Amino acid sequence: MSDRCMHTQFVVNGETVDAQVPVRMHLVDYLREDLGLTGSHLGCEHGVCGACQVMVDGQLVRGCLTLAVQANGKHVQTIEGLSESGELQALQASFLKHNAFQCGFCSSGMLLTALEITKHHPHATRDEIKELISGNYCRCTGYQAIVDAIESVLKQGASS
Amino acid sequence: MNARNEIPVKTDGVKTQINYIGQSVPRTGAKKLLQGRGTYLDDLRMPRLVHVVFFRSPHAHARIKHLDLTQARKQPGVVAVFDGHDVAQFCTPWVGVLGHLKGIRSAPQYAIAPERACWQGEAVAAIVAQTRRQAEDALDHVQADWDVLPAVTDMDASLEGKTVIHPDLGDNLCFHRELKTEGFDDVFSKADVVVEKIYVFSRHTGVTNEPRAILADYNPAENLLTVYQGTQAPNMMQDIFSRHLNIPESNVRVICKDVGGSFGIKVHVYADEMATAAIAVMLKRPVKFMADRIESFLTDIHAREHKVKIKLACTKQGDMLAFDMVDLTGIGPYSVYPRTSGIEGNQVVNLTGGPYKHQQYKASLDVVFTNKNVTCQYRAVGHPIAVAITEGIVDEAARKISMDPAEFRRRNLIADDAYPYTFPSGIKFEKLSHHQCLDQLMQLMDYKKLREEQQQLRGKGIYRGIGLAAMIEVTNPSPAFYGVGGARISAQDGATVRLDPAGMINVLVSVTEQGQGTEAIFAQIAASAVGVDVANVRVITGDTGVTPYGGGTWASRGAGIGGEAVLQAGKVLRTHILAVAAAILKVEVATLDMSNGVVIDKLTGQEHMSINEVGRVAYFRPDTLPMDFQSELTVTRHYTPREYGFTFTNGIQASYVEVDIETGFVKLLKHWCVEDCGTIINPMLVDEQIRGGIVQGIGGAMFEECIYSEDGQLLNGSMADYLVPMAGEMPDIVLGHVETPTKTSELGAKGAGEAGTAGAPGAVMNAINDAIAPLNASVSVQPFTPERVLSALGKI
Repeated sequence: MSDRCMHTQFVVNGETVDAQVPVRMHLVDYLREDLGLTGSHLGCEHGVCGACQVMVDGQLVRGCLTLAVQANGKHVQTIEGLSESGELQALQASFLKHNAFQCGFCSSGMLLTALEITKHHPHATRDEIKELISGNYCRCTGYQAIVDAIESVLKQGASS
Repeated sequence: MNARNEIPVKTDGVKTQINYIGQSVPRTGAKKLLQGRGTYLDDLRMPRLVHVVFFRSPHAHARIKHLDLTQARKQPGVVAVFDGHDVAQFCTPWVGVLGHLKGIRSAPQYAIAPERACWQGEAVAAIVAQTRRQAEDALDHVQADWDVLPAVTDMDASLEGKTVIHPDLGDNLCFHRELKTEGFDDVFSKADVVVEKIYVFSRHTGVTNEPRAILADYNPAENLLTVYQGTQAPNMMQDIFSRHLNIPESNVRVICKDVGGSFGIKVHVYADEMATAAIAVMLKRPVKFMADRIESFLTDIHAREHKVKIKLACTKQGDMLAFDMVDLTGIGPYSVYPRTSGIEGNQVVNLTGGPYKHQQYKASLDVVFTNKNVTCQYRAVGHPIAVAITEGIVDEAARKISMDPAEFRRRNLIADDAYPYTFPSGIKFEKLSHHQCLDQLMQLMDYKKLREEQQQLRGKGIYRGIGLAAMIEVTNPSPAFYGVGGARISAQDGATVRLDPAGMINVLVSVTEQGQGTEAIFAQIAASAVGVDVANVRVITGDTGVTPYGGGTWASRGAGIGGEAVLQAGKVLRTHILAVAAAILKVEVATLDMSNGVVIDKLTGQEHMSINEVGRVAYFRPDTLPMDFQSELTVTRHYTPREYGFTFTNGIQASYVEVDIETGFVKLLKHWCVEDCGTIINPMLVDEQIRGGIVQGIGGAMFEECIYSEDGQLLNGSMADYLVPMAGEMPDIVLGHVETPTKTSELGAKGAGEAGTAGAPGAVMNAINDAIAPLNASVSVQPFTPERVLSALGKI
């Protein structure tokens, strides 16, 4: 199979990408291989583990189920961009404080889900947090520290 | 008595105002992982890199009639194609046996199978291309004709041996072990009560979030092989690449960057990884292999396929007298190199009945070959089996004599003052704390109140159950684990601790990091031993070209063995720093001490100079020091546990579940664990190790199973079909600790990484069986899926 390409324009972490993109290439592969943004990870490549998550126009998507050409005309944010912008700062500090990660392979995706929780579910209970992070696989922790870390940020948000 | 206040880093010789031992310090050096700035294997970039993919057998057992790679070779981007014969020219085969597992046998295994595939997924050809996509596209153009052979997938059929997988071996038996204490028959035959049960454990696997990966680069000018690999044991791999690729050991460098989870999966020799290294040598350029998820399910080691018949004899008053068990385990077509696939069953024999004071024991183990993927050591190796069968039959006996299961355990757990203690299987315990752990657990879970609640709810048709599981765990292994059997796996680990001129402490350790926080605890130990702020310590692991030689990370040995080496090196460095300061200050070294990176007067506490001033003078102005003085600001120390074969830990877990008797669904309500891992270096890290371990154990007990068809086809090779624990189903886990430092080291730390996984399946099983006992039902086949629960209840 040859790599048929399509002209694609999109913005990644504030920088414009204007390129011929192979139509069969997944977004996360393009980010990792062509742009060198290796913070998004490939765990299962079939949409279960959530390690590949990125934001597309503010929506959380699986980078392994989204084609790169689907990002045409859109804004993509990755763990690198969201770290740089400071949007993840409180969550990252809380994850460190609560030891809500071990190997870190799931953390990029987990943090993006956590960011979505802080934005759209600011009053989530512990059980709701558990449910909301159930699309992100972590083999190392028992998830409890992750719930603690997210809950702590939600409480900070509520009190500020 | 070993006691908390004996922890040496708080006593003479290493006084410091900062003692990080026992503190929940956030992991140093780990922020990068939260910003997507880690370096996992697939993140590496290298010029002239090519990608290898493997053509794998679609059959469980088949002879290659004809393999044609010519069309694949012609595909765009393809650089090279190889079959098993090609690669065998550069990589010799191996046989996974160990001398101390008497009689263990296996057949030679090749990097790429040259003639016959023995499980579905075994590689028979390699395609190398400029990109992974091109290599995968070319796979479609491989032509293979197979002579399909009968597949042996059932363990009993394998033992029977009508079809023999390796004809040269004569039968399918890999390893057999028997054990019987003197007087067993007499005691067993006279016992008041004997209970018996068969427990079945299904295969599952590690499902590391980052799949297995390797990038090998060969430089022909220097005959130098550099292997980047997600591995737990870099020096072991260095030795293996050296011997099987015929490159001098010192010319092989293994580098392990960030690893996305290992759990024992990444401590073995994998044929496709050996092939990748061989192909790098053949092509004289960097070659990368990255397993995808289906390859992970087909080829990452599986574990825990066991069928065990266990009997427990006791008096009607409730004294355990003897355990009798027969274990059959199927390991796939090869014993995995170099640790063998006999160890898991061997551990079941060693550990069954482990927490209790009975004196009689009989065990028989058969390890047989099958045409499924290979099995080998996976987190808690053998423990989940040994604990589940022991604790399962203990509950059966308690029911039979109508004794409360907690009381039955209390009566029979080895007394806390009975140590050192030799168990009937021959293993030795230095010092355990079963009764302290049980007492704390009872308090933590409010056992009595929970029993009352359970009774009340039963009246309302709600079936809740409480399950207990006492456990022992192998940690800090001595050379008795592998070295004595002839495996070139270091039982010793080393640490090099160095003061840099700017006052930073640089620590190099042979133990590796896969996310446990090993580097962080080494920083805590080094900071405490030298007497500096933990922020001024940098730790480097995972590079055979840089770190001391050592064993790596497995069998819960990182903190206990590597940590002790760091402590000893750090203590000596502290005295060497003070010696330089004494030379500068022209005072007796005995008058000085270190506090928070400042050299002080021991008596008055007066600050003399900072550690970076010591560094500056030692490195840049040694001309100002006395002629007969040479500073030594780099110190290396090693540590090997030798007094005991293993430094055992102990603990007890409890599970509280609710069984929906209409649907068979089990809701995990809560889980408790009280554990004794000796000196706790970082409570927060230990707690999440235990919790993660428990969740992994729950996975095996409730969800995870590699399902094979009768002809050896894996039926659930995706994460959509193979269920892993996700947050929504997991209970809150309450932890307690007892600290009994080991006296075999100054640090006193034992391992903590596997206890959770060891005990959780048994606790969950007992809880389910406690819940459905009023319905005269019980489950004994893991995982306990709704289907199996309903079947136990006679509903399907």
